[in-house]
Amino acid sequence: MINGALWVLGCQLVGEVVARWLDLPVPGPVLGMVLLFGVLSVRRPGQQSGTLRVADGLLRHLQLLFVPVTVGIMVHAGTIRQEWLPVTGGLVLSWAAGLVTVAGLATLLVRRRGAADESLSGESS
Amino acid sequence: MSVALDYLRTSPLTWIFVTLLAYRAGVWLRDRTGGHPLAQPVFIAAGLVMALLAAVDVEYETYMEGGLLIHVLLGPATVALAVPLHRQAHHLKEMLVPLLVALPVGAIVSIGSAVLTVRALGGDRALELTVAPKSATTPVAIGIADQIGGVPALVAVFTMLAGLLGAVLGPGLLDRLRIRDHRARGLALGAVSHGVGTSRALHDHPTEGAFAGLSMGLTALLTSLLVPVVIALL
Repeated sequence: MINGALWVLGCQLVGEVVARWLDLPVPGPVLGMVLLFGVLSVRRPGQQSGTLRVADGLLRHLQLLFVPVTVGIMVHAGTIRQEWLPVTGGLVLSWAAGLVTVAGLATLLVRRRGAADESLSGESS
Repeated sequence: MSVALDYLRTSPLTWIFVTLLAYRAGVWLRDRTGGHPLAQPVFIAAGLVMALLAAVDVEYETYMEGGLLIHVLLGPATVALAVPLHRQAHHLKEMLVPLLVALPVGAIVSIGSAVLTVRALGGDRALELTVAPKSATTPVAIGIADQIGGVPALVAVFTMLAGLLGAVLGPGLLDRLRIRDHRARGLALGAVSHGVGTSRALHDHPTEGAFAGLSMGLTALLTSLLVPVVIALL
C-alpha cells in the first residue's frame, strides 16, 4: 500500500513541478494522471498491486472529496440569488449543449468506424 | 462546558468527522433509494453540512480547516484516474478519432454557448467570463478565470453545479438520446461534468468511468487552451 501511495503521490508531485516549471496551463494532477498511465503501461502490475488498490480506494469515494468545495456554495448564495437567471440559463443550456455534442459526435464516429471495419472484413472474405 | 463546546465548534476534527458522517448518510440514502438520480452523496452531504453550519453559526472558513484535509485528496484521486484508464487501454486505439474530434468540438460548444446564453439573459461581462470555463475540473477552471478576468471564487461554485447536473441529470439525458455505448457516454459525462460526472460514471459502469476520467483530463487541457480563443472571437 505504501508503494502504491508513493507511485500516486510521486506522479502528482512530478506533474505539479513540471506544470509550474514549464508554465503550462494544465493542472499538475492531470499531468500526473498521464504520467501514471505511462508507468502502468510499462510496468503492467497485477490486480493485487498496491498502486491499483490505492487508486481504487481513492476513486470508490470520489464524491466525498468534492463535499468541502460544494459546501462553499453557501458563501456565494447572495450573488447567485441576484443573478439567478443568467447563471441558471448559462449553466444548464451550455452543459446540455456540450453533453449532446460530445455524446452525438462520439457515437457517430464510433459507428462510422465500426461500419468501415465491417466493409473491410467483408471485402477480404 | 463552554470550552468543550467551543472546541467542538472550531476543531478541524469535528468538521472532518461531520463531512464523513454526512457523506455516509448520502451513500446510505443512495442505496436506500436504489440509486435515485437525485440521491447523489455529494449533493446530500453538502446540503447536510450547510444546514449544520447555519444551525450552529459556524463560518465556511472555520469548516474548511477540516474540509481542506479531505479537499487535498482531490489531487491524488485525479492521478488515480490513470488506473481505470489503464484497465481500458485496449479500447483507446479504436476511440482515437472520436476523442480527437468530439472533445475539442464539445469544448468549443460548451464555452461558446455559456458565454452567449449568459449575455442573452442579461449577465455582465464578468459573469460571462466566470461561466465560460465551468466544464473544466475545479482547479483548472479557477486558474482560467483568474487569467481572463472572471471571478475565481464563483467559478468553483459554477463548476460544482455543472458537475452536479452531470451526476443528477446526465445518465437520464443520455438514455433519452439513446446513447448506449459506454465509451461515448463516459466521454460526454467527463467533458461537461468533470470529476463529479466521472464519479457517477464510475458508479454506473467501469468502462464509462474510465472514459469519463480520460475525457475530464483532456477537457481540462482543451478548455484552458480554448477559452481565451473563444472569448476573443465572441
